Amino acid sequence: MIEIKDLHKSYQMGSNSLHVLKGIDFKVEAGELVAIMGSSGSGKSTLLNILGMLDVADSGEYVLDGLPIKNLNETKAANYRNKFLGFIFQSFNLINYKTALENVALPLYYQGVGRKQREEKSLKYLEQVGLKEWSHHLPSELSGGQKQRVAVARAMVAEPKVLLADELTGALDSKTSYEVMDLIQKINDQGNTILVVTHEDDIAHMCKRIVHLKDGVIVEDKKIEQVRASQYVQ
Amino acid sequence: MFSRDTWREIFITLRKNKLRTFLSGFTVALGILIFITLFGMGNGLVNTFNEFFGDDATNVIYIFPGRTSLPYKGYKSNRNIEFDNSDLTDIEETFPMFVEHISPRIFRTATTTYKEESNDYTTIGVDWGQQFAEKTIIMQGRYINQRDVDEKTRNAVIGRLVEVDLFNGRNAIGKYIDIGGSVFKVVGVFQDDGGDNEERQIYIPYTTRQLIEKNTDKIGQIVVQFKPELGYTGAMAFEKNLRLFFKDKKFISPDDQNGFFIRNVADNLKQNQDFAGVLQMIVSVVAFGTIIAGIIGISNIMVYVVKERTKEIGIRKAIGATPKRVIGSILLESVFITTVSGFIGMLIGIGVLKWIGDRLKDDYFITSPYISTGVAIFATVILIFFGALAGYIPARRAARIKPIVALRNE
Repeated sequence: MIEIKDLHKSYQMGSNSLHVLKGIDFKVEAGELVAIMGSSGSGKSTLLNILGMLDVADSGEYVLDGLPIKNLNETKAANYRNKFLGFIFQSFNLINYKTALENVALPLYYQGVGRKQREEKSLKYLEQVGLKEWSHHLPSELSGGQKQRVAVARAMVAEPKVLLADELTGALDSKTSYEVMDLIQKINDQGNTILVVTHEDDIAHMCKRIVHLKDGVIVEDKKIEQVRASQYVQ
Repeated sequence: MFSRDTWREIFITLRKNKLRTFLSGFTVALGILIFITLFGMGNGLVNTFNEFFGDDATNVIYIFPGRTSLPYKGYKSNRNIEFDNSDLTDIEETFPMFVEHISPRIFRTATTTYKEESNDYTTIGVDWGQQFAEKTIIMQGRYINQRDVDEKTRNAVIGRLVEVDLFNGRNAIGKYIDIGGSVFKVVGVFQDDGGDNEERQIYIPYTTRQLIEKNTDKIGQIVVQFKPELGYTGAMAFEKNLRLFFKDKKFISPDDQNGFFIRNVADNLKQNQDFAGVLQMIVSVVAFGTIIAGIIGISNIMVYVVKERTKEIGIRKAIGATPKRVIGSILLESVFITTVSGFIGMLIGIGVLKWIGDRLKDDYFITSPYISTGVAIFATVILIFFGALAGYIPARRAARIKPIVALRNE
């Protein structure tokens, strides 16, 4: 599903440049649930941003589901993001003056899907994350866990090829974290490919594979026995 | 870009951000409102001006006698200059090309009595030409005519307020009044836009006045009506020639400014029109200043709005909004607000001007203020255009920010 080869990225910090990614080779098959781990500054978020086309690599190859991602301009990147990727952020990033339903429907709006269909589909995904009856509430009326579930529904609604989650439990307490991870696992069970950036061990172990980044290179890449989050959720 | 969905999205955004919508709309509406009100009042001021100075005919030169200040050709200075009947005929013969009509004016204050009512009024000895110079409007009866002048009749034309004062509003035509000891028959009642003072005057034939004063041939002032086709330049040339003529005839030094005085209405009119023009210009500058202030106001708001929405823009971009759509929606929002509130402000402004009407005429010299639709719409469109531009620049910048940068902005 995802294939990257020799990915390099550096940032210009004043006069000296910071080499963040120093040649990453990495492959993700369809249906995988991968945790990308590393301490802060290891380059894990940069990698995710490049995978999410929110940032551009200096060199290297990136192929998403057979489609080489290169020479992106803003418009093309926006269209690819819209069609192929779903994002879940640490800080939820919901639009605060829109209801849960409107937030979920937004990617479809940018796809040009009609309003009726948008609402139907969004409602279906809200139901899947268990928030159907909260669909007309504003984000400010929802708890952190609920907000993140709305964000998950929004990431899912366009039926992307890959789901990218950046510290999705970073702002949640552990109980809520497990609830959200339970949801992520269930979505993965349906065959969706998901990448999770995290620095929390327990969250990483709820994935099926852990990739360790240190100083811009992959130091470890192993399949693991998945811990199901459902056992922590009553 | 202009689909129903786009509009729906914009309406939702506007409705959910009421304060923002209100503030930017208010700025625009206020800018236009003040512009239209100011500009319209400027026009009202000019209206008053024109009305004020449009009272008398404009093709008139008044000549007033004075007193010499320089000795000349054996005459001492400080000599009183007087006009007499010969001056009238001399002017007519010397300047046939310029002159349309010449009339004298002899001002005397006289106690006027009708039955028990009595009052002091200014009487003016005139001939028929005076009616046109002063734009006197006859309400009843007639004006002094040539026969009155030739036969030195004791006919009088009284002002509207004289009739009110002496006759308690009853019809004065045909009644006899006593003017300074002589009995006159009222043959006409006039009104004049020049104000109350001019309606408290009495016109009599100037020859009658001369007869009463021991058959003198002296006259007070000379009113020369020149041919309108002379225009401003011709009038100025005529005035110059008249000056030379009188200085020569009355033995006044060429350097003496005080022997007599000439008031050229054409010159006055031009000055007044220039003055009104400057007035109008100042008002316009102030009004356009308000428009510019409005533009700056809406620009500030747009910059702030875009800054406030940086994160939202980042979110939208992350989930697939192209830069074009981001710019498009911000732009459409700002154009929509400015258009709607701009036209609201415009309509209120026009309403205010309509409401003012002649209310401010007496105290503030503003007569029926108005703004031409063209100017009003032009100003509104300008504001809309710059509002859009003011939205476009920060929107474009915001659309260029990478989503990760925008999202980092907590």
